[in-house]
Amino acid sequence: MHLNFENNEDKLIVYMSGELDHHSAEEVRNIIDDRLERDSYNKLIMDFGDVTFMDSSGIGVVIGRYKKLHMRSGKVCVTNIKSSVKRVFELSGMFKIIMLYDDVEQAINNI
Amino acid sequence: MCYNKIKIEFLSKSQNESFARVAIAAFASQLDPTIDEITDVKTAVSEAVTNAIIHGYESEDETITIEAIINGTELTVIVHDTGKGIDNLELAMQPLYTSRPDLERSGMGFTVMETFMDSLEVKSDKGRGTSIIMKKIFNPLS
Repeated sequence: MHLNFENNEDKLIVYMSGELDHHSAEEVRNIIDDRLERDSYNKLIMDFGDVTFMDSSGIGVVIGRYKKLHMRSGKVCVTNIKSSVKRVFELSGMFKIIMLYDDVEQAINNI
Repeated sequence: MCYNKIKIEFLSKSQNESFARVAIAAFASQLDPTIDEITDVKTAVSEAVTNAIIHGYESEDETITIEAIINGTELTVIVHDTGKGIDNLELAMQPLYTSRPDLERSGMGFTVMETFMDSLEVKSDKGRGTSIIMKKIFNPLS
């Protein structure tokens, strides 16, 4: 899994590409958390546009970042989700607490 | 009636999760699956193998076995470990339950397997291991 970061004022945007499973989840978690801490971001936009495979490990990664930022009144949202990834997320009921946007621009304007 | 069978063995390393799901997807490709069907199988296999690695075994030196059988339009996948087994199967299969919240696990593994495959059976003996038996019927392209 490859991660690319961008920032927009107080928002950290992470573009993920590749396969998100239990094996890659730990590294993804550590890299994102490191960025969040280093520059004290409170808002995280996770872009799934180039995620080619995801199992339930991905739910843990998103919910984990949500819990972390929620404790300091921050926010997490997800963007660019393909139908195969969406089906996994939907099983967990995650979209009740985490907003989904079509693209990063929409997320930046609304988060 | 078309019949075929494979058996693969690999170490309980997380690097092998992607190998396992791709290998089973490649075997299932002879059923002319749709992309959605193949994604369903890959996701379910990934969950079963991850469970064996995280919950069944405590080290990376153990063996996970997968058998896959094609019988007509039905694919059966059996993921087997000889690890510690599941204490309380009913609890383990509940959505959102996880015995490892420390690992940020979502507790959705069995729910994903049940949803993405047509049937799921779990056989577990404490101290002897777990077998996950999943079946999916493919709709042949007309």
